[in-house]
Amino acid sequence: MSTATYAGVTVELNDEGFFEDPNAWTPEMAEEMAKAEGIDALTPDHWKVLEYMRKEYFEKGTGPTVRVLGKNSGVDVKALYQLFPKGPAKMAARLAGIPKPKGCI
Amino acid sequence: MTKRIVILGGGTGGTLTANRLHRHFKHHRVDSEEVEIVVVDQDNQHLYQPGLLFVPFGLAHDQDIVRPRKKQLQHGIEFEQTGIDHVDIHSDTVYLENGRELPYDVLVIATGARLATEETEGLTGPGWNEKVFTFYDLPGATALEEKLAAFEGGKLVLNVVDMPIKCPVAPLEFCFLADWFFTERGIRDKVEITYATPLDGAFTKPVASAALSDLLVEKGVNLVTEFNTGEVDGEGGKLIGYDGREVEFDLAVVIPLHSGQEYVGRSDGLGDDLNFVPTDQRTLQTKAKENIFAIGDATNVPASKAGSVTHFEGDVLVENIIKFLDHKPLDEGYDGHANCFIETGFGKALLIDFNYDTEPLPGHFPAKVGMPLLKESRLNHMGKLMFQWFYWHALLQGRDIPGIGATMPQHGKEHPTPTPEGASA
Ligand SMILES: Cc1cc2nc3c(=O)[nH]c(=O)nc-3n(C[C@H](O)[C@H](O)[C@H](O)COP(=O)(O)OP(=O)(O)OC[C@H]3O[C@@H](n4cnc5c(N)ncnc54)[C@H](O)[C@@H]3O)c2cc1C
Repeated sequence: MSTATYAGVTVELNDEGFFEDPNAWTPEMAEEMAKAEGIDALTPDHWKVLEYMRKEYFEKGTGPTVRVLGKNSGVDVKALYQLFPKGPAKMAARLAGIPKPKGCI
Repeated sequence: MTKRIVILGGGTGGTLTANRLHRHFKHHRVDSEEVEIVVVDQDNQHLYQPGLLFVPFGLAHDQDIVRPRKKQLQHGIEFEQTGIDHVDIHSDTVYLENGRELPYDVLVIATGARLATEETEGLTGPGWNEKVFTFYDLPGATALEEKLAAFEGGKLVLNVVDMPIKCPVAPLEFCFLADWFFTERGIRDKVEITYATPLDGAFTKPVASAALSDLLVEKGVNLVTEFNTGEVDGEGGKLIGYDGREVEFDLAVVIPLHSGQEYVGRSDGLGDDLNFVPTDQRTLQTKAKENIFAIGDATNVPASKAGSVTHFEGDVLVENIIKFLDHKPLDEGYDGHANCFIETGFGKALLIDFNYDTEPLPGHFPAKVGMPLLKESRLNHMGKLMFQWFYWHALLQGRDIPGIGATMPQHGKEHPTPTPEGASA
């Protein structure tokens, strides 16, 4: 575990850089984290995805996979990779302050 | 009046559920009524799917692994051969493709998973069944047998498009067997084998993933991780990832995306976005309605899509259907137990055993003296081969396999020593 400070607030992150507590997250933190990951500014499409990620997490207990994101977030898979080049499911989960999506077993 | 249990799907889960329920309800009534059981399936060919792994290498043939479905069902169970149009969960009725309407008291969804080849661009385009194959169905596995026998060398790529898939270890087994096969044929040095997976390692669970990665290295199989296939270019001979990475091949063996069945999507309130059926992971009652239960690959429970899982789920499922009809509370008994032999080539196999809470660990199964876990052995290979006999004669019949229970045994497993607080792992 480690800590990081985003938008002036210190938060706890796990070994892979995901939020320990999704409730500690604020939209301002996402803007700052995005810059650190090489995204200059979060566009409305980025936000569509981040909001969908959080909604799914709080409803289902895990973030969606890339495939479900492509079907339901309103952004198709190709565009998702343009928005989040390092892998949409993981990168968007990190920026949305939720744990790494469980994927499957 | 009679009560009716309708079981959709006469594969692994549907058959074992029908036989177990039949054995019980032959002698028991519900609210002083008899209980009849109807199984619906679109065809009469029961395929032993674990056998598909061996077909491409000439180690099994279609006549060895297919039997009539109806014959696996005990006398007294009705078998209806037709497709399913949709389920109306509000009026408790299944609408079949042959026009029959089938009202039910209890419904069991056991229709498995579907290969969604159409969801990957180019997969079934030019080169399909010439340079690009799958072994996840019988026509594909059979076509691949011919191709492998004639293969003279080049780049062989095994690709999993995305999870979930049936039997998540089968693609690894394919790589191990390919290593053995080309060694036997004397051309191993001419074949480059690559495993391209969307996961960040060889397998989903850390301890097993590390052991399996080592085995890939030992057998000279390249591992490409976090690869999400966006397109298959059969003509150009390359897989193109969504992130722009390319993996070249002379022969690609692709495990397509899996979905639930299309009728689930046509049944209002039954399935999720991928047509899997949201199901309670401990009771196996669906979230759609209290008189609908589900088993096997058709559910969304976070366990492997495997025959062993289906088998163990069957114990709890049948007990809960009986409880439900007797107006008793359900048992939260399913622990996610899975048990898989992993064929590693050269007459050896490895065994893994795990559940929702315990990842596959080294040790022995089912107790301290037994088959080695997470370690190659001939005994495990024999186990894998014997499993087919158990499948037809014990598992489908709903009989218990000696020594293998629904809940995961803890005896014999070597748990990693917990790292002291604060120390880095
Ligand atoms: C290559 C391969 C290797 C495998 N190896 C192993 C292994 O080593 N060990 C292991 O434990 N598991 C293994 N499995 C997985 C195992 O076979 C499945 O998990 C298991 O069969 C699932 O049972 P099920 O009842 O859920 O589905 P299935 O057995 O697939 O049955 C589903 C049934 O529903 C019917 N159906 C579907 N849709 C409709 C419709 N619309 N109308 C009418 N009928 C319909 C189908 O015809 C089918 O009979 C393997 C699978 C594959 C593909």
